[in-house]
Amino acid sequence: MINVLLWAPLAFGLVGLFLPRRAAGPWAVLGTLVTLSVAVGMTIGFNQGDSGLQYVESTPWISGLGVDYSLGLDGLNLFLVLLTALLWTGGVAFAAFRDYERPKTFFLLMLVAETATLGSFLAQDLLLFVLFFDFMLVPFYFLFGAWGHDRTAEGGMTASGATLKMIIYTLIGSLLMLVAAIATAIISADGGHITFSIQALQEQGIGLGSQRWIFWFFAAAFLVKMPAFLLHGWMPDAYRAAPLPALAVFSGVLAKVGAYGFLRIVLPLFPEATVEFQEVVLVIALASILYGSVMAFTQTNVRLIAGYSSVAQLGFITAGIFALRADGSDGAVLQMVNHGLVVAPIFIIVAILLERTGTEDIREMGGMALRAPVLAALFLIVALATLAMPGSSNFIGEFYILNGLFQAKIVFAFIAISGVAMSAYYALRLYQGTMHNRKPEGLLSREIGWRDAVVLVPLVLCIVALAFYPQLILKRTNPSVEQTIAKVTKGSAPNGKLAER
Amino acid sequence: MNFNEPHIDYAGISPLIALTVGICVVLLSAVFKPFKRSAPLLTLVTLGATAGLLIWRWDDPKNLITGALRLDDLAISISLIAILVAAFCVVLSIGERATEEAGSGEYHSLLLGSVLGMVLLSQATNLVTFFVALETLSIPLYILCATNLRREGSLESGLKYLIVGSIGSATLLYGMAFLYGGTGATGFQGIAAGIAHNGLDGDPLILIGIAMAAVGLAFKTSIAPFHQWTPDVYQGAPTPITSFMAVATKAAAFAVFLRFFEVALGSQLDSWQPALAALAAISIVVGNVGALGQDSLKRIMGWSGVAQAGYMLGGVVVASEAGTSSLVFYLAVYAFMNLAAFAVIVARERETIFGDDIRAVRGLGAERPALAWPLTISMLALAGLPATAGFIGKLYLIEALVEGDYTWLAVFIAVGTMISLAYYLRIVAAMWMRPEREAVPGGTPAIAGASPEADPVDPEAGRRWYLVGPAVLAAAATVFFGVIPQPLVEFASHAGSALF
Repeated sequence: MINVLLWAPLAFGLVGLFLPRRAAGPWAVLGTLVTLSVAVGMTIGFNQGDSGLQYVESTPWISGLGVDYSLGLDGLNLFLVLLTALLWTGGVAFAAFRDYERPKTFFLLMLVAETATLGSFLAQDLLLFVLFFDFMLVPFYFLFGAWGHDRTAEGGMTASGATLKMIIYTLIGSLLMLVAAIATAIISADGGHITFSIQALQEQGIGLGSQRWIFWFFAAAFLVKMPAFLLHGWMPDAYRAAPLPALAVFSGVLAKVGAYGFLRIVLPLFPEATVEFQEVVLVIALASILYGSVMAFTQTNVRLIAGYSSVAQLGFITAGIFALRADGSDGAVLQMVNHGLVVAPIFIIVAILLERTGTEDIREMGGMALRAPVLAALFLIVALATLAMPGSSNFIGEFYILNGLFQAKIVFAFIAISGVAMSAYYALRLYQGTMHNRKPEGLLSREIGWRDAVVLVPLVLCIVALAFYPQLILKRTNPSVEQTIAKVTKGSAPNGKLAER
Repeated sequence: MNFNEPHIDYAGISPLIALTVGICVVLLSAVFKPFKRSAPLLTLVTLGATAGLLIWRWDDPKNLITGALRLDDLAISISLIAILVAAFCVVLSIGERATEEAGSGEYHSLLLGSVLGMVLLSQATNLVTFFVALETLSIPLYILCATNLRREGSLESGLKYLIVGSIGSATLLYGMAFLYGGTGATGFQGIAAGIAHNGLDGDPLILIGIAMAAVGLAFKTSIAPFHQWTPDVYQGAPTPITSFMAVATKAAAFAVFLRFFEVALGSQLDSWQPALAALAAISIVVGNVGALGQDSLKRIMGWSGVAQAGYMLGGVVVASEAGTSSLVFYLAVYAFMNLAAFAVIVARERETIFGDDIRAVRGLGAERPALAWPLTISMLALAGLPATAGFIGKLYLIEALVEGDYTWLAVFIAVGTMISLAYYLRIVAAMWMRPEREAVPGGTPAIAGASPEADPVDPEAGRRWYLVGPAVLAAAATVFFGVIPQPLVEFASHAGSALF
């Protein structure tokens, strides 16, 4: 079952190469739908009280090097997998209704990207995780570079330049992570049999001295991916270059792999270092919230408003995780799903707006709601969810995060709260700037067609459904989160020096 | 001293015999008219027979010719890599002008001569066989580099390689003299025993010998700062020969590097280990930075070869079974990655007027997907991205380095890989993405050796089976061993256990 989930997109993508050009899109949609239904099936069959791994699959892959092919689902990754399958269905379907050059290659790459992303969520072997984590970049490199937009006319970079920048930024982290992963296994094996199994490594543990540098090698990879403040240099150019359907899934899911990496790997494997560097990471997270929010105020390109708002949101999620309390991390997992669910529709709406207005500049937009009330209503729901309106699931997520942070580090919580207020400003600015105000000359206000509605409405329905019943996620996530957090708090308890601090 | 009655193990030296017979047959075939065009075929048969004989001797380590040679799994695996590359080179040479100009029989027998040197070198356990094998390998290559007789670049390349190669050989020979002077032995085991017996541990005489031998071998494996010849020679030589040189020479030289340093000089580990580690680090930085500004594909491959040699030297530095295995694994992978790239470069060189300039592959993704995919896979693999064998190779090397307490060198590999993306992905971007700047199309580019008179364009080269086939095959192997690396890991670990 779990193998089908992982490899179905790739298999569909490869078969798609042998189909006629026009069938490539619908076939890819079918592939994502099959994956989505497998993911839904596995969610239904998921035993919610269990904190351990389910649907485990484990066979030796490279036995000489101690690498296993091992996959599993638990509360940490269950809904991220579901989110991945859902957003890819939306993104691919949106693209399938449009004309792309070389469609067969385009959809193959989209589906390869889905397999890679699912792989990094499912992997229970440290090296397999690193492998999928790095591999995610390859399809997106081609998608952004070959189907992206050159921005030289606006003083920006070419698509290939922007993606090269993205690749180099993210691979700095990833390659150091590869070294760190290998070092973790070798140090914890201590001359014995080398294994990369995350479970086994948790039990063996490594000394604090090694934990310190390994922690930062992993953190670098994850923080670049998010991206966090100071490591976000690749984001504006890549976001402006990317083709929007690919950007919707990229922004919706890939950023979360970084946050997920902290929960899956850093916290349980390097508990002492986590406690030691808790405040440093919190400072980075808060800086991301403030910087992302302020930048989202001032940008005029709608892609960048969404992009910088993601920086702020990911800052929130990181802060929740590094509260090192179960409620903070519960909120973080919920918020990862929430943010994915809002940011992907935003980019799809941006794509729809782009087709009608021919511009991505918010100053040149406006008045869209006049003739397109359905689009406006859908966007309003998304925008209100983004600003974490009470009643939305994002509100619950942020509440959990802040609750955890208040009890852990009250000073940080006070600063983080300002991020909530600021998110209201940029979300409403984005909504008003595009939908309300006076309609500029030459702007075509047109209702969305059924093709876009088919993509957008289900995603918005998911937001609404989750607003009514966030317990769906929290209940299944909590046992695994508590287990993870227990490793950190237990790990630091006997260490008196750390507890005093 | 013991004198062993000369017992000749014909089974053991059968691969050498096969190669020698092959050289004579191929050379003579050119003389007899009916067989004039059969030199490539005869070469392939010779290589096949040698490979078969080597596989027959697998897993049966033996000392040959009174301990001058040792046929173990390390020697066999390295020889097999060299033979594989040579076979690719023969296929890529079909239709190459150099074979016509130099004479097909001569060209192919020189190639076989070089392979003979490599097979010998990988087995050498004696300073004399070591040096003789190294020269047997090198001299045919000097000539082969210059076989494109009407091209200035090719002649220059041959001469340059001859001069630099001779300096390398001379340095090596001088170093050997020191070692022999100190220990009174030429056999590797004898040197090790001599160092221990004569109390030469850390003696300046031995240290100078080690340093000079290391420099000599660094010339051959193109490790910085002894790499200056590499980009020039790679660019000037006929491209099939470049591909052979880039991989097979490196493989054979690394085999003897391993054997010499770990068997003969194993006791001096503390003195050479940091020095080689520093060389590896310098090589990684110099190679990767040097490749950044290049526009010629062959020069990029040359500089990248310097960097890759730095990665591989890490396998020698740690002096462990894992290090040796990882090096052999990386060499095998390196063969596939490079062959895919060179096959595409050969095809585009013949097909376009741009020679080996990066413009030759612009828009290749839409024009010739069967060439663009292999080159893309090769570049991604050289950059060490997952789902290719290049990733597993790096993983193996880094694991060996961290295990051997050389984590800092592993970090160097990671940083070097990051720099390398800038030039590997530039080639990928040229194939699949819009050009960075609009270039003026048409016109003869002012690159050495790419004048249309010397290299007539063959517009069908990108469809010829003997160019597309090898490219696709090598790329498929790169992906295959990236997904199912286990067979190659076992192959490499056999080689690793031969020394330790």
